[in-house]
Amino acid sequence: MAAMMASTAATTAALGCVASGQEVGRQVCTTQKMYNGLRVATAFPGQKKIEESAFASIKIRSKAIVTMAVATDVSRFEGVSMAPADPILGVSEAFKRDNSDMKLNLGVGAYRTEELQPYVLEVVKKAEKKMLEAGENKEYLPIEGLAAFNKATAELLLGADNPVIKQQRVATVQGLSGTGSLRLGAAFIQRYFPGVKVLISSPTWGNHKNILNDAGVPWSEYRYFDPKTVGLDFEGMIADIKDAPNGSIILLHGCAHNPTGIDPTPEQWEKIADVCQEKDHMPFFDVAYQGFASGSLDDDASSVRRFVARGIELFVAQSYSKNLGLYAERIGAINVVVSSPEVATKVKSQLKRLARPMYSNPPVHGARIVANVVGDPTMFDEWRAEMQAMAGRIKTVRQRLYDELSTKDKSSKDWSFVLKQIGMFSFTGLNKAQSDNMTDKWHVYMTKDGRISLAGLNLAKCAFLADAIIDSFYNVQ
Amino acid sequence: MSGSTPERRMATMAAHLRDGEETAKEGLIVPWPTAGVAAASVFEHIQQAPEDPILGVTVAFNKDPSPMKVNLGVGAYRTEEGKPLVLNVVRQAEERLLADRTQNKEYQPITGVAQFNKLSAQLILGANSVAIKENRVTTVQALSGTGALRVGAEFLAKHYGKPVIYVPVPTWGNHNKIFPLGGVPVKPYHYYDPKTRGLDYQGMIDDLRAAPVGAVVLLHACAHNPTGVDPTEEQWEGIRKVIRSKQQLPFFDCAYQGFASGSLDTDAHAVRSFVADGGECLIAQSYAKNMGLYGERIGALSIVCRSAAVASRVDSQLKLVIRPMYSSPPAHGALIAASILGDRDLFADWTVELKAMADRIISMRHQLYDTLKARGTPGDWTHILKQIGMFTFTGLNPEQVQFMTREYHIYMTLDGRISMAGLSTKTIPHLADAINATVLGLQGQS
Repeated sequence: MAAMMASTAATTAALGCVASGQEVGRQVCTTQKMYNGLRVATAFPGQKKIEESAFASIKIRSKAIVTMAVATDVSRFEGVSMAPADPILGVSEAFKRDNSDMKLNLGVGAYRTEELQPYVLEVVKKAEKKMLEAGENKEYLPIEGLAAFNKATAELLLGADNPVIKQQRVATVQGLSGTGSLRLGAAFIQRYFPGVKVLISSPTWGNHKNILNDAGVPWSEYRYFDPKTVGLDFEGMIADIKDAPNGSIILLHGCAHNPTGIDPTPEQWEKIADVCQEKDHMPFFDVAYQGFASGSLDDDASSVRRFVARGIELFVAQSYSKNLGLYAERIGAINVVVSSPEVATKVKSQLKRLARPMYSNPPVHGARIVANVVGDPTMFDEWRAEMQAMAGRIKTVRQRLYDELSTKDKSSKDWSFVLKQIGMFSFTGLNKAQSDNMTDKWHVYMTKDGRISLAGLNLAKCAFLADAIIDSFYNVQ
Repeated sequence: MSGSTPERRMATMAAHLRDGEETAKEGLIVPWPTAGVAAASVFEHIQQAPEDPILGVTVAFNKDPSPMKVNLGVGAYRTEEGKPLVLNVVRQAEERLLADRTQNKEYQPITGVAQFNKLSAQLILGANSVAIKENRVTTVQALSGTGALRVGAEFLAKHYGKPVIYVPVPTWGNHNKIFPLGGVPVKPYHYYDPKTRGLDYQGMIDDLRAAPVGAVVLLHACAHNPTGVDPTEEQWEGIRKVIRSKQQLPFFDCAYQGFASGSLDTDAHAVRSFVADGGECLIAQSYAKNMGLYGERIGALSIVCRSAAVASRVDSQLKLVIRPMYSSPPAHGALIAASILGDRDLFADWTVELKAMADRIISMRHQLYDTLKARGTPGDWTHILKQIGMFTFTGLNPEQVQFMTREYHIYMTLDGRISMAGLSTKTIPHLADAINATVLGLQGQS
């Protein structure tokens, strides 16, 4: 205590205050001063008279009143403001707080069973059991991650027989699921393509902007969602991609676009590839749902493979959160497909240089699970079956929701977008006020952009959800 | 696959060759960068990065076919048999986890496993910590020590004006990359005295006094890496006074709690003395070494604030740093650590295993010292005994290190640091031979 008082006194003497001789009574005066560009906040409660100090010549920038504290200094983090809750993850938090009987969490994209329970894949449990019995050690992985995982993940994405794999033209680095892989890719772009802009779809997954901002990469949007058709604004998309300066980077969702669920058709993908080649753009695919969208790993990778087959150099971020249910293990990869194996080696070495000061090397557990599942033919088949079941349940629920909406809605509104959209999410077309109504009146939790996660819906609640959507759509502006 | 694709590619190339007719006339043909037909790459300008100086040692070691090779590079514990060790308590915790039917693999909160965060803060600050009782500590799960340092750096860059961090010379190499990339430039302070192979205490104090008010100061909580040189309790007190008098912000890197002396509380002393004075600080913890959870990447960042209100706001802002980096941390390591920290028996067993690891390292120190003395190797080698923790700063220079690697297949970092954890009774004589030969300037045996 004595030490604390002594240091407070020393602080007071060292820092000075507002003006010499100023009375500071119960009202605490907090002064903020600039020292070498650092803001240091101090409070002088209970000081009757403040001496002039050597620092009195330093300009006082601002004053703020702080509640009376015991004789301690005010925090240097006093100016830190409360951050808003994450728009997506905050939804689940709000859902948990809701005590209503009839509530539905259609917020975050995590798969739920028909009983609306979280689901750990059987094949994952098998893999973990196998790993525990094998008694493997917990040594550091190399910076680029588990070699067996990296090999498996590139082959899964591109096909084991893909020429680019055979020619060793893919640089693969294990990443912290989709987010971490995107962040590595963005950091690489910031360093090696400085000033190059990334074009993202409007709308896109909210975190894309945060990732690019924190990586220091400029971005702009290309048109994507057409609210009139609740479908793809293909012409707008093409026009905006054509408009971008040559050599831009185009962020594309490989399948099951998040948040809209709207994917380009194969013909549209060809056209997008044409434009990318004409403009020398570099695609950056975000592949978070391979196998989860259609149920087929190969079909869901067709957009990426299409581009690769044309010889286009590109980035791909992968995630195993959804398709292997490994949300908590943070397992994914950043792949860079380039024109020669020499370049691939160099690119990989530079990705490592970016990973080392971020987390040194990636976590081993999820990587081992994936490597085990993909490396064992029986487990791989079991995985395929479980993935098809998950994708199938979502399609079933989409059908039921569509049926309910069509039956209950007496108008001629076309709800078929529910069927046409693919993957975990559906963009309902509800606006913010309508989405708020969904939550406030119906206890249906969703993101404010009108996105619902079909993975959080079951057949039993489709009727209820249809009622909520119809009410919100027609009765709220 | 569309049959027109090769034609399309050819047509595109032809079109560009037509457009490039000017350059064609000058005899230059510039292939379209994304043509993919043995063409230049848009990544052509990228250079091969060198291997990481620390992790690259293991890469080089693995390539060496010699049966005599010894890896004293990365700080990972090895048994007397030279094998990696998974602690018994870790295996037990994993078995429990697998058997627990209430477990699933849902996303953790952005800040990680809550129970882990709580227990981790208690471990470093003490169960009776006033700061914890007053809710002045915000703790987030992080990707081991590196991740905790990086999140802390990015937070400071966003919320602490234009921060500068002062780091000891030498320090763990990765510090000098983490902070600048996180937005915090690095400046040095004197630390290691090559003459005494101990702490340059006065140099350190002088540098801290000269550093600006409000600067961030990186402190190794215990078992300084790479030197193994720690301040005494009195010296810590002197350091604390200077830092507090200059309103500097301590950032503790605590990667070896329990591993240095064998006692968790002893190794936490420096951190706790700073927190006891009511001041603020950041603390990065790692469970890589003390729980042997290297590959699971489990650690924590704690920020001790003046008030609960500030701590709450800081917590909210830490989430904004984490979300665009990796969204939420990996659960597995956190659940294992929380299990061990939270179960009285597992915790007790852990302290025993921890002490055994620390004791083996101390015994390696004694054996190496004794062996060098027995060989009559010139020089004062008492620093091997005085230094603490996983590493010894031998005092050898890069040329000497390269000699040892080339001639004796001893793998270590060029700064002369050796990992005692990588030694055994069997390999110490070989290392002693190598040091002896190096110091005597002998030609080695190939």
